[in-house]
Amino acid sequence: MGKREFINGNNAVAYGVKLARAEIVAAYPITPQTKIVEQISEFISNGEMNAEFIKVESEHTAMSACYAASCTGARTFTATSSQGLLYMFEMMQFTSGQRRPVVMANVNRAISPPWTIWLDHQDSISTRDAGWIQIYVESAQEALDTTIQCFKVAENKEVLTPVMICLDAFVLSHTEELVDIPEQAEIDRFLPPFEPDYKVDVNRPLTIAAGTAPNLYMEFRFTQQQGMLKAINLWKKADEEFGRLVGRSYGGVVENYKCSDADVILVTMGSLSSTAKDVVDSLREQGTRAGLAKLRLYRPFPEKEIFDALKSAKAIGVVDRSLSFGFEGSVFSDVKAALYNNNCCIPGVNFIVGLGGRDVTADDLKKMYDKLQYIQKNGKAEQTVEFIGLRWSE
Amino acid sequence: MGFIPNKLSDLPAGAAFEGGHPTTHTGNWRIFKPVLNKDKCRNCLLCWIFCPEAVIKKGSDNVEITYDFCKGCGICANECPTKAIEMVKEG
Ligand code: SF4
Ligand code: SF4
Repeated sequence: MGKREFINGNNAVAYGVKLARAEIVAAYPITPQTKIVEQISEFISNGEMNAEFIKVESEHTAMSACYAASCTGARTFTATSSQGLLYMFEMMQFTSGQRRPVVMANVNRAISPPWTIWLDHQDSISTRDAGWIQIYVESAQEALDTTIQCFKVAENKEVLTPVMICLDAFVLSHTEELVDIPEQAEIDRFLPPFEPDYKVDVNRPLTIAAGTAPNLYMEFRFTQQQGMLKAINLWKKADEEFGRLVGRSYGGVVENYKCSDADVILVTMGSLSSTAKDVVDSLREQGTRAGLAKLRLYRPFPEKEIFDALKSAKAIGVVDRSLSFGFEGSVFSDVKAALYNNNCCIPGVNFIVGLGGRDVTADDLKKMYDKLQYIQKNGKAEQTVEFIGLRWSE
Repeated sequence: MGFIPNKLSDLPAGAAFEGGHPTTHTGNWRIFKPVLNKDKCRNCLLCWIFCPEAVIKKGSDNVEITYDFCKGCGICANECPTKAIEMVKEG
C-alpha cells in the first residue's frame, strides 16, 4: 500500500508520470494544464524522478521534441490543453503515423473565441482523427491510474500508438481529492521498461518517417488501423491487470453503471459521470430503472462494448460536451453508428451540455432522464439534438 | 539496396527503413542507362558521392552501378573525370 494524499487531478497525473518512470518530458505551459508539468519539473529537480525536462517555445515544438525523443527509444510524456493541443496537431500525426507511443495529458478546455479557459471537450474531440488513442477519466484517482495504463497500452508491440488521457479542466485539474499513490514496486511489476524494436541508433542507421509512393502508403495506414483497434482488448486486459496488482480498475473501456436492467441510459465521458451516477442512484430509489454508460475509451471506439451496455434500453441519451458544427455531438454520432453496426435501433437523443465551462447539475441530468422516460413512453424524441442549460434559444 | 516489401508483415511499425531506403522500384523511370566502362574507371568515387539515389557500389578496382533504383539522371556520367560512364538509351 502506498501513501494517500489530498491532491488535484494535475498533481495526480504528474504522480502517474513519475511512477511510470517517463524519461523525457517536453512541454509548454498552458492553463489549466500547467501544474502537471510544473509538478514534474519539481520531481526532476529534487531528484525524485530521473528524467530530462525539455523546455520549448511552443506546443508544436513540444510535440516535435516528444516525437523525436520517442524515436530514440525514450519513454516520453507531454501535457497540454485547448489552443496548445490544436497547435500540436501537425506533429501529433507524425507521432501516430510513425507509431511512437508518446503519452500526453490533455486537460480539456474549450476553444476560443469567445476567449475562455473553462471546460469542454471541443479540443480533444477536434483531434479525434489524428490517430491517437483517447481515454477520458472521471476523478483524480482515475487520472493517476490511467496515466500509468496509457504507457502500458501505447507501448504494447501490437499497438504502438500514442495515447491522450483527457481530464476535465478545473473540475478535475484544480480540485483536490484524496488520492492513493501506489508504491513504485507495484507499478514496476505492471509496467516493464520501454524497449522498442527499432530506434535511432548510430550502429543501425534508419530513415524514419520515410517517404512512400502510392504503392505502400495505404498499407501503412491499414496497419495503423489494426494497431489502434487492438487497443480495445488490450486496454481491458491492462485495466484488469492493474486491478489485480494495484487494487483498482475502472470497468475496462466502458464502465457499465447499472445498465443491465435499465430502461433509460445516459452515455457520458469525464467528470460528469460522477454526478450522473448519483442521479441514477436517486432515480432508482424512486423506482426508475436508470443506468449510465461511462465511455472511457473514445478512440478506438469500443462499439461492441457500448452496444452491450445499451442494448436492452428503451431510450438512450448521449451527453456531448462538444459539438460538430452543422450536425450534432460527435459522441452521439459514434454511439448511433455502433448501434447501427450491431443491428440495433434504440430511440435516442443528444444532449449538448456544459460548453465553455457552464455547470451541469444533478437537476440537469435528472431532466435528461425525464426526457428519456418520455421517449420510452412515446417511442421517439421530439428533437434529436437538445441544448441543456441554454439561457435563451430565441 | 532498397526495401521492397511483399506482404503486410514485411512492413515495420511506422515507415522506418534502413538508411538509404528506396521503397519503390525507380529503375523503370529510366530513359537513359548509365553504362560503366571498367577499364576507364579510376575508382575516384566521384560518381559514388554524387549519385542522388546512392545506387553506385564501391569495389576494390572500380565502382559498380546497380539498376533497381537508378533513375537514369546522368549525374554520374556528368561528374566522371575519365568519361567512364556512358548514357545509353534504354531499348
Ligand atoms: S544515372 Fe543517376 S541514379 Fe543512375 S547511377 Fe547515375 S547518378 Fe545514380
Ligand atoms: S567517377 Fe568515373 S572514374 Fe570515378 S569512380 Fe565513378 S566511374 Fe570510376
